[in-house]
Amino acid sequence: MASVGIDIGSTATKGVLWKGGCFECYLTPTGWTPGESAAKALAQVRRRGRLPRGEELHVTATGYGRNVFQADRRVTEITCHAAGAHYLAPQASTVLDIGGQDSKVITLSPNGKVTDFLMNDKCAAGTGRFLQNMAVQLGCSLADFGDIPEETPFQLINSMCAVFAESEVIGLLAQGVAKESIRLGLLDSVAQRAANLVSRISDHGDICFTGGCAQNSLLGKLIEKKTGRHVIIPERAQYAGALGAALIGAGRA
Amino acid sequence: MYNDIDKIFDEMREAVRQGAVAIKELKEAGRPVIGTYCTFTPWELVNAAGGISVSLCSTSEKPIAAAEKHLPRNLCPLIKSSYGFALTDTCPYFHFCDMVVGETTCDGKKKMYELLGKLRPTHVMQLPQRREHPMSLELWKREIIALKERLEELCGTEISDEKLAASISLRNAMHAAALRFYDLSKLPDAVITGKEIMLVSDYLKFTFDYEESIAKVNELVDKIVENYIDGQRRQDIAAHRILITGCPMGKSLEKIVDVLESPECASLVVGFENCGNLKCSHYKVREEIAPLDALAEKYLSIPCSVMSPNSEREELLRHYVERYRADGVVDVILQACHTYNVESYSIRQSLAEEGVPYIAVETDYSQGDLGQLATRFGAFTEML
Repeated sequence: MASVGIDIGSTATKGVLWKGGCFECYLTPTGWTPGESAAKALAQVRRRGRLPRGEELHVTATGYGRNVFQADRRVTEITCHAAGAHYLAPQASTVLDIGGQDSKVITLSPNGKVTDFLMNDKCAAGTGRFLQNMAVQLGCSLADFGDIPEETPFQLINSMCAVFAESEVIGLLAQGVAKESIRLGLLDSVAQRAANLVSRISDHGDICFTGGCAQNSLLGKLIEKKTGRHVIIPERAQYAGALGAALIGAGRA
Repeated sequence: MYNDIDKIFDEMREAVRQGAVAIKELKEAGRPVIGTYCTFTPWELVNAAGGISVSLCSTSEKPIAAAEKHLPRNLCPLIKSSYGFALTDTCPYFHFCDMVVGETTCDGKKKMYELLGKLRPTHVMQLPQRREHPMSLELWKREIIALKERLEELCGTEISDEKLAASISLRNAMHAAALRFYDLSKLPDAVITGKEIMLVSDYLKFTFDYEESIAKVNELVDKIVENYIDGQRRQDIAAHRILITGCPMGKSLEKIVDVLESPECASLVVGFENCGNLKCSHYKVREEIAPLDALAEKYLSIPCSVMSPNSEREELLRHYVERYRADGVVDVILQACHTYNVESYSIRQSLAEEGVPYIAVETDYSQGDLGQLATRFGAFTEML
């Protein structure tokens, strides 16, 4: 039986169909109705995988919305991210996931089992939501956020709270600080926070960086600099949770 | 047979609900009511003076907004809740109490007691924070004597050594009954749940006919053991065995236990290394030495995170992890509780040495973080 993993995140819902050796993926915004987004992701990966109508699937749900969706199995995003990241980057000892509303660090045993984990505080400081708010404030798209010329002077940002940082950014703009410098400062502060989170439970080995924020390659480089460790960003880093769920459902993790 | 046991649990639940009525009646019968907040208050002295010692409300979110009129927002919810209940006169136990006894445990509490003293007579004991040191013991013994004198004055009685010795032996019997119940977690197959442990602790805390309460807890333990020997097993009990530690949280720990003991986490709470539970019942008052010395010794040995150094807490945790065969330890820390929060690092390391999985969560009395807790505990139990 084919196995599907659905990762219902705060911002995006990801679906992965595992077909043994290769996988199909699909992503859709979670929006206001996580159950519907999950159903859509399921239908889309079924279509992309060209599965005949009526063929039975084993569905594993994960992510914060895992309980609003009819699934054969529910597994927390920690376990799924670990399994997915271990598949994508088997050499990594540590997973750093920065998603839409939380961030987490997971340490792995050599065979990919979770040995310890840590999640950020209750607020969305230093996550995708933080960068999204700042992107709006700076009139730039999230995709272009990390597109910063090399010699851009760095502007230190002190606040990590999305609300306070907004005031700080407005203040800096009023002083005439260049937007690129502010963006660099914001990414640097997210990277610093992530590096601190990592250092609390993990001190060696490669870091596999996953979640929506991993698409920002500059952020990965900054984390590499701050931790002094090799950061791997797999091609489909955003799908690590859904992939892990599919692998767990298939009995592969 | 389980119906028998359920019946006793139901009676206990009802008795806890009637706690405030019992206090009202005792008060009307002329008994002085002494309100307490903390495990450090020597219960034995209050009882020997003829007073009723009762735990004051401190674990609900409700009065926190009112407390924030006088207290800063960034303060631990236990302190704000305690003060808020007093300020709004919504805790029946506070309503009936003649005097509050507090201790200089953490900074937040001792400053809060200064304000509380304006609402009700408040006696604050200066708690030295270096355990088992002769200087600390001497100071603490003097504090105990000062409390004894204050109680004698308030209750119009003299606390003789005989009365105190009797009170000590009664309290030891209460702790022994509690420990007998907690120790059911030693049995190879599970017979009690975390929720039931909380109920028995509450029962001993909020019923005031102590002999009867002791007898009832002992009867309950006897029945459970009898059933066990008969080969009866519970069907509703799950796989992972969890020991809880952390801040004193009373009833507000329920949300934690509910998540852990839900089908998603498939866990069983096998014990609480917390105040009002193992942390206080583990240490007995010696009956073979002078009563005041024995009291000073016991209460100074409580491994609260305000003590420094506090390696005894690590030892106590290791002891109960082994005794109750815990698969993991969950540390529940209240927001802005610096001492428990700082200690979390050493506890994690100490347990890691023993290969015991550990997770710390920071929470408050609200239900706003149930989703986050479910994910953290779910992932933790998936890891076990």
